[in-house]
Amino acid sequence: MDTELILRVYPFFLQAAVVTIQLSILTTILGLTCGALGAAARMSRSWVLRAIGATYVSIFRGTPALIQLFILYFGGPQIGIQLDAFEAGVIGLGVNIGAYMAETMRGAIESVDKGQREAARTMGLSRAQAMRKVILPQAMRLMIRPLGVNINALIKGTALVAAISVVELTYTAQRYIGSTYKPFEMFLLSGALYMIIIYVVGIGIAWLDRKARIT
Amino acid sequence: MGLDFSVVPSYFGVLLQGMGLTIAITICAGILSFFGGIVFAVAALYAPMIIRLPMRAFAFLFMGTPLLLQLFLIYFGLIQVGIDLPAFVAGVIGLGLHFAVYNSELIQASILAVDKGQYEGARTLGLSRGQTVRRIIIPQAVRAVIPPMGNNMIALLKDSALVSVIGVMELTLAAQQAISRTYRPFEFYLAVAFCYYFINLALEAGLRHVERRIAASR
Repeated sequence: MDTELILRVYPFFLQAAVVTIQLSILTTILGLTCGALGAAARMSRSWVLRAIGATYVSIFRGTPALIQLFILYFGGPQIGIQLDAFEAGVIGLGVNIGAYMAETMRGAIESVDKGQREAARTMGLSRAQAMRKVILPQAMRLMIRPLGVNINALIKGTALVAAISVVELTYTAQRYIGSTYKPFEMFLLSGALYMIIIYVVGIGIAWLDRKARIT
Repeated sequence: MGLDFSVVPSYFGVLLQGMGLTIAITICAGILSFFGGIVFAVAALYAPMIIRLPMRAFAFLFMGTPLLLQLFLIYFGLIQVGIDLPAFVAGVIGLGLHFAVYNSELIQASILAVDKGQYEGARTLGLSRGQTVRRIIIPQAVRAVIPPMGNNMIALLKDSALVSVIGVMELTLAAQQAISRTYRPFEFYLAVAFCYYFINLALEAGLRHVERRIAASR
């Protein structure tokens, strides 16, 4: 193990980790938004919206995220969508993970006891009120952990944008493997940073989950 | 530059070959991840500490880092130690090991959930410890986690696109070659997305069939 090399290059990996964190945060925000819209569409009373939601989930979960990213970044200019690599990365990954999150959210909402909705409707709440004031608060608690699993996958998934040359952790590791021929050291260095990020996020999710349980 | 899908059919053969390789990788890596998962799970639960600890570290590392990074490690790492594997083999090993770790987690939980009476009954009937695990516990434990392992297979199919990065001529890289000659990324990647979607549907149908048969045999 070449510790001298690791000490020499680690600042570049820290910089790259910052990019990975930025990507993860922006992708999470976009993913949660797409997920909420997707789940709402899939559970809507209008069949058109339901069909749109189902198509969204099926297409984005049924094809590789890497291909979706390539269509957006390399194919986008052909249909007038010009994005830089970072923007394409965030949008591509966000819309992709949104399809998974939509299913997570729908699952959580549907696993709230049916009696809750019936009771709320019987007490005179409208459909929307029952959803907003009775179902969602309970479903939110149920979805924190599974959404945490989605976010964990998303953080590791940000590595894909290395393929469109965003200078994040995996791209940096790849470049230094090429220039130093020390794949093991570069793997450990970038791997450790990924695991720190995932560990910290995991603590945050567990904290949210605990808090949601108490209240 | 508008869209022109008429160039895609002339590369039909190239894409079909790529599709074949994608399916081959998925099957090989799937088999590796299935048996690797069983071996890892048994080792994690029954092996002596000296094997168990490095296994735990390995699983921890592989579950906490991106697959793409692992592929780089395996492909370039093996070259560094003097093993120059074809990209296809490196890709199968990388994908197979990655998903073996995930399968192993499922199988471990499932082994622990097998009724204790099964173990005791088998031992009472005179089976050795190894025989009991191999013939009684594993078959039941693995059967119970076929559906979630099927989901891992579907994830594996989609993640097989990543091995294009280390130079395996599967569907994604085949498309990239066609694109480098035609400058039509949108058309080819869309065509490739359709191919993946199609394989995905077929795989899902196959898995549902397997699940039904398992449910029926219970």
